[in-house]
Amino acid sequence: MADPIVHMENITKHFGPVIALNGVSFDVKAGECHCLLGDNGAGKSTFIKTMSGVHKPTSGEIMFEGRKMNFASPRDAMEAGIATVYQDLAMIPLMSVTRNFWMGREPKKGFFIDFDKANSTTMSEMKKMGINLRSPDQAVGTLSGGERQTVAIARAVYFGAKVLILDEPTSALGVRQTSNVLATVDRVRKSGIGVVFITHNVRHAMAVGDRFTVLNRGKTLGTAARGEITPEELQDLMAGGQEMAQLEGSLGGTV
Amino acid sequence: MSDNGNGDGGALAAGGPDDERIKKTGGLRQWLIRPELGGIVGVIAVFIFFGVLAGDSGMFNAQGIMNWSQISAQFMIIAVGACMLMVAGEFDLSVGSMIGFAGISIAMFGVVWGWPMWVAILITFAICMGVGAINGVIVVRTGLPSFIVTLAFLFILRGFTIFIPQTVENRTIIGGIEEAAEGDWLAAVFNTDLAGWLFRWLADIGVVDTFSRGTRAGEPVISGIPMLIVWAFVLVIIGHVVLTRTRFGNWIFAVGGDAQAARYVGVPVDRVKIIMFMTTAFCATVFACVQVFEFGSAAADRGILKEFEAIIAVVIGGALLTGGYGSVVGAALGALIFGVVQQGLFFADVESSLFRVFLGVILLFAVILNTYIRRIITGER
Ligand SMILES: Nc1ncnc2c1ncn2[C@@H]1O[C@H](COP(=O)(O)OP(=O)(O)OP(=O)(O)O)[C@@H](O)[C@H]1O
Ligand SMILES: [Mg+2]
Repeated sequence: MADPIVHMENITKHFGPVIALNGVSFDVKAGECHCLLGDNGAGKSTFIKTMSGVHKPTSGEIMFEGRKMNFASPRDAMEAGIATVYQDLAMIPLMSVTRNFWMGREPKKGFFIDFDKANSTTMSEMKKMGINLRSPDQAVGTLSGGERQTVAIARAVYFGAKVLILDEPTSALGVRQTSNVLATVDRVRKSGIGVVFITHNVRHAMAVGDRFTVLNRGKTLGTAARGEITPEELQDLMAGGQEMAQLEGSLGGTV
Repeated sequence: MSDNGNGDGGALAAGGPDDERIKKTGGLRQWLIRPELGGIVGVIAVFIFFGVLAGDSGMFNAQGIMNWSQISAQFMIIAVGACMLMVAGEFDLSVGSMIGFAGISIAMFGVVWGWPMWVAILITFAICMGVGAINGVIVVRTGLPSFIVTLAFLFILRGFTIFIPQTVENRTIIGGIEEAAEGDWLAAVFNTDLAGWLFRWLADIGVVDTFSRGTRAGEPVISGIPMLIVWAFVLVIIGHVVLTRTRFGNWIFAVGGDAQAARYVGVPVDRVKIIMFMTTAFCATVFACVQVFEFGSAAADRGILKEFEAIIAVVIGGALLTGGYGSVVGAALGALIFGVVQQGLFFADVESSLFRVFLGVILLFAVILNTYIRRIITGER
């Protein structure tokens, strides 16, 4: 099997007295979607923030394409090819789709932004992701949640991400928008990018995941490949086993 | 799970120009949400108003036009800085004090201490932009609202502006600048009238009046286009182009729209904000230079309340107080409205204190209109 693009070994992260991560190992390979599951507060966001250079791990190693890396800033990680779509998206609602898409890397023609190129590329990249924009001047604030996710994903892919991290991209979305985002994830994976997909929805994970890692209270409970684990087992793992099975019984299997 | 897929998922599914979920709104709405709309409407309104009220008072002959153009140009110079800073999500309340401070600084170096005027001007620009940078550094390092930080500098600068000439010269008004600036190349950049030939020609064909008495009898009453107006136009054009056409302009919008999001994608947020504070200081210093060389003196009480006038012009011009949205051209229109109304009331012989009433009322209207426009753009409900 192919070598992982990113390999995180035994990562710990302390915030003062809080132990957010307590020895987490994780890797992602090209063309796979590795789902990171866990309940609220399990440490998922903290973990991917160490991967994307926002936090420095207290201890542990980050290997990128076989080399040990020490990201000083999100910028470093981005340059290496790790793109992150955060829970809060990093989009500026008052600005147009084009301006958001190119933010920080605006194409230039002499002194000025090359708006012809910027607009047409934005339109065509969005089309590849299955979204027909009304106009590239449309403010991001007028897009739906799913559309915004897709702009953020399209942006990362266009700028040559090797690893794409998505922090709960589907948590605020309705049914149809969720399936659109999942379809986008599938498309991105097939293009050879390694996707880290964070969710606490087992069904969403099952829909696109190749491997599944469950985090609980800052620790990995194990990694399983697709087909090795059932959705029920995954659900139990996330909730810490036992109680969930009982709860599920009393709710009649509706969770 | 909350279902928010009910109202706004249209373009995702079908998309394209034929999407049944998109109302046909056409160009009108596009035009309505431009930030300059309020300014354009306002300009038309004040011209009609004073055209009727003061049409035959001389407000619209060559001299009258030159009069309110100069006042407007003054407002424009400080509005450009205030606008770009507000788009970047910050305020500068120290602009007025900075104007007084810069004027005194030029007079101290250039007159009292007798340095060449161009040196005095350059030093003053350096000091003032340095103070702007300090404002900016404090704001980005402490995360305090710029409202508070620059309020502190409003007092600090004004204090020094009075203290320094009072201690050194025992007075707070310093004259003699005209003589000291005689023949100075840099002073001329702030105080020359351009295209005098044009106005002599206009006087010859009778469009512009000539002086009938005094030492300048026979010369046209307007000797040329003052550098003040040139500065205003140049700053507005540069500001507009930088903001709308360049990468740096994109970052200014981003920093004011959502600093954290901008940071995530690698925009140097702190640097952008500090540069904007320095730009505001630059504009205030330009204002001070023009004023000092026109009056031939500097006084410690110059520039009072200018910061608010700049902010109001910017808001009339469609910028959001919350940052991330605005237009330099809009701000310039706001400044034009200011100049026309202030001088129009004078020409129409209306009590000038009513100007303040007008300011308050138009500020309220502008803010309400802008909030409404914001909802349209962002689709907030
Ligand atoms: N900057 C911080 N300072 C202190 N504690 C923090 C910080 N960031 C996270 N934590 C703590 O670390 C733990 C893990 O948080 P994290 O945001 O990673 O959870 P999560 O798995 O992403 O949860 P969710 O599903 O709600 O997004 C929490 O207990 C949180 O309070
Ligand atoms: Mg999280």
